Amino acid sequence: MRRAILAITGTIAGLVALLTFKSHAPAIPTATVSGTGGGVTSTSSPVPASEAGPGQSFSTDSQAGGLQTGETTLTGQVASTVYGPVQVQLLVRRHKIIKVSILQQPESTVHDLQIGQFAFPQLISETLSAQSAKIDAVSGASYTSAGYIQSLQSALDRGL
Amino acid sequence: MAGPRSGRLRHAEHVMGTVVSFDVPAWAGGDPGPLGRAVRWLHWVDATFSTYRDDSEMSRLGRGSLALADCAPEVAEVLAACADVSVLSGGYFTATPGGRLDPSGYVKGWAIEHAAAMLTESGSTAHTVNGGGDIQCVGDRGPGQPWRVGITDPLRPGALALVVAGRDFAVATSGVAERGPHIINPHTGQPATALASVTVVGPSLAAADAYATAAFAMSRHARDWAESLDGYEAFAIAPDGATWQTGGLGAYLG
Repeated sequence: MRRAILAITGTIAGLVALLTFKSHAPAIPTATVSGTGGGVTSTSSPVPASEAGPGQSFSTDSQAGGLQTGETTLTGQVASTVYGPVQVQLLVRRHKIIKVSILQQPESTVHDLQIGQFAFPQLISETLSAQSAKIDAVSGASYTSAGYIQSLQSALDRGL
Repeated sequence: MAGPRSGRLRHAEHVMGTVVSFDVPAWAGGDPGPLGRAVRWLHWVDATFSTYRDDSEMSRLGRGSLALADCAPEVAEVLAACADVSVLSGGYFTATPGGRLDPSGYVKGWAIEHAAAMLTESGSTAHTVNGGGDIQCVGDRGPGQPWRVGITDPLRPGALALVVAGRDFAVATSGVAERGPHIINPHTGQPATALASVTVVGPSLAAADAYATAAFAMSRHARDWAESLDGYEAFAIAPDGATWQTGGLGAYLG
């Protein structure tokens, strides 16, 4: 049971890690966070189709209610995972993620409920804490060439 | 703003079965610049030492089809260093795990440290080279700013367990996080399972990497041994989440 949860957690962690680090960098396979971070005062027009490439899964919403100046919400497209649909929303202020909300998550099994009650809140806090750690590099058990893309080091290399 | 810091260059090179990440001054880029030479060195090490390549000098040496005297001098250098660590660690580190010649536990850290030294020789006073999670930091991140290295938490993927900081230092971690148990206790022939990860911090990455591997294999004896090491500190996480650290690790806590 625990093993399964850890496996799921790892997958979602990779997803969240990818979502976490805004970029205009290439080669992010599953999700690219777009948006200028200019917030209410910036352009609020939709992303032009020419910029919305295959990896484009976020849209900016600068006109959502309750935002302070300089804040932007980024709403992800629904991602189809093997565990069910997942959708997240980020609140960004001055290029930093200050809030992560789960808009949609699998709910059909006991595992799903455990993820919702345990894994997602934990991952959200980790997303925020890793970002605030201001690190230059990451040390951990060796990752393979394939595992690199999901690593925190990969996010740093892309320009955290 | 996405992208590297002003005046800096980040580069990720797929080599040695992992990805080696460089954080160097922007002027070190270009070809053939200092970065390019360091990258070429790593590919040479891969071709010479890889036990996944039948035609590498290390594979041929292991099969007996090549004499040590006919290998590149770096091969003898590596094997001599492995023998030193083996003695220091009471045999918990070995260049012949499972009875087969395979000094991989030493080669990566040694190669990364050498790549960092090449950049220093080229005039860089501030850079890091990270070989799949084993890092050599040179100089400072910036004036009065130490380099900060996050240590991943093997029990919580995506999270950090600790941040260490310093100048001119190395950080190496051995663990089970990605590939499952793969460090064998040479004295039992069984995978070491008492620790989830061991991180060693100190001046040389070649040594830190080998010490981390040895400490992981030692399991319950690792703490006393790490405490006895001169100039090196350690931090470990057990599968149940318990942690320990050596007395001098505080000097590196950022």
